[in-house]
Amino acid sequence: MATVVEDVVLDCHIKELHYGSFKAVRDTTIPIKRNSITAFIGPSGCGKSTVLRCLNRMNDLVRGFRFEGHVKYRGHDIYRHGIDPVAVRRFIGMVFQQPNPFATSIYNNVAFGLRLNGFKGNTAEKVEKALRGAALWDEVKDKLQKSGLSLSGGQQQRLCIARAIATEPEVLLMDEPCSALDPIATRHIEELMVELRRRFTIAIVTHNLQQALRVADFTGFLYVDTQNGGRTGYLVEFGESRQLFEAPAHHHTQQYIRGEFS
Amino acid sequence: MGDIDDPFAGIDFSQLELSLQRPRTLVDFLLNLLVGGMTVLSLVPLFSVILMLFWRGGQRLSLAVFTELPPAPLEQGGGFGNAIVGTLTIVAIAVLASVPIGLLTAIYLAESENTRLSQVVRFCAKVLTGFPSVLAGVFAYGVVVVATGEFSALAGAVALSVLMLPTIILTSEDAIRMVPSRMKQAAIGMGATPTQVVWMVELPAAIPGILTGVMLAVARAAGETAPLIFTALFSNYWMWSHGQVHLMQPTASLAVLIYNFAGQPFPNQIALAWAAALTLVLMVLGANLVGQSLSRRQTHL
Repeated sequence: MATVVEDVVLDCHIKELHYGSFKAVRDTTIPIKRNSITAFIGPSGCGKSTVLRCLNRMNDLVRGFRFEGHVKYRGHDIYRHGIDPVAVRRFIGMVFQQPNPFATSIYNNVAFGLRLNGFKGNTAEKVEKALRGAALWDEVKDKLQKSGLSLSGGQQQRLCIARAIATEPEVLLMDEPCSALDPIATRHIEELMVELRRRFTIAIVTHNLQQALRVADFTGFLYVDTQNGGRTGYLVEFGESRQLFEAPAHHHTQQYIRGEFS
Repeated sequence: MGDIDDPFAGIDFSQLELSLQRPRTLVDFLLNLLVGGMTVLSLVPLFSVILMLFWRGGQRLSLAVFTELPPAPLEQGGGFGNAIVGTLTIVAIAVLASVPIGLLTAIYLAESENTRLSQVVRFCAKVLTGFPSVLAGVFAYGVVVVATGEFSALAGAVALSVLMLPTIILTSEDAIRMVPSRMKQAAIGMGATPTQVVWMVELPAAIPGILTGVMLAVARAAGETAPLIFTALFSNYWMWSHGQVHLMQPTASLAVLIYNFAGQPFPNQIALAWAAALTLVLMVLGANLVGQSLSRRQTHL
């Protein structure tokens, strides 16, 4: 069992987050610690994916996105003026809900990030390392030139993870990475996440409470505030997963964990 | 416990700064400029034509040009009311002829698995989109004018519908194919017949795309001159007389009026040609705006 080191890699503090006139998230502070897995849970529409996408400025792609607060990557605010979001994403990678390999070979999928960054070394070696890291190597080593789309859903998702870790980012953001997968593929990804925690820092959004309890060291529970006619998400409670699941401090957290609403 | 090595401990955070000295960032910036510049450049011809039309055509525009008949040479005043009515009539008949045929063909193409017939039809439609409009006129001349012995609005409409058909077929097929298959499967799963699937699920969802295609076709057809010279010819009079509408006699249209008047040595006629050109452009623009607002209202995708 890897030991959790106490230093914060990503210090996320969202004061207010808007899409146009819609206030999507408020008052959410989540410290993400190095070599740990941090899960975001909460009912649908509570903004957990939005919070995750803040962490590498994916929300910049959404029209009308406005952000107040800060996200400090090792002390450096990635929302500061003059920061290049493209460079941020090189250090903070992302895996999406639907497996989304490119329509090219398995090899080229993994090598994609290396080529983006003008990598001038042994690409084949890096590709193998990434595929091993994603626990996919043994299944694909004889068909690296086959299309990434020919793999099963679970394999495709591991291919996407290999693609994300090939450039060796420090943080991996995973947006419900198992929700499109069957239970066996889900177990593979979960085992993989625990393994990846040795090398990376992981933040994950999940609908699956058992999954959060199984893999996450820390869990944040977000809830949605429907007062004033809006739907604004906010952080209710954050702490060590065991603590949060066994002795939730807040009434809403208790209800959600007992399955009284979803 | 700090025993896990920290490869990012000594990371150089200047890497996060936006810097044009990084080659790929610089390339990205320059290409952005290029894309923006070319976009503006591509608007230049369109806007210069429209400005020219407003400047030259706007001077002669008045209520009278919409209600009066074309003037004789050296006569002052006059208008092109009959040409507006003629264009609207010919295009309307062409739409009535080409939309049902085109839409039903598109449904066949979208629904049939690649049969030999559908491949042939799709290929022909693609070839026909580049069909010289003069030939559509010659075709309608041969089929309608020679057979009836008369230049007529009907012959003009046949020529225009030949031009509109391929656009309507291809855009409607695309629109129907764009309807997500999960919707189609939901309907099939509830026991809908193929006809019900098309009629109750696919067509309602595809309407915006279909309307856009029809409007594109109308916009193209309304401005065509060559096919109308062979078919509808021109007339200096209204389409109706003695309480009857005459579809089977030579009919005026804006496009042919512009063609005729622009070549004449009389200032009044030339000014009217400019005004007619502006009117035609505004009509086409109006049709496009109507099509767009209709399609926006229907979108649930």
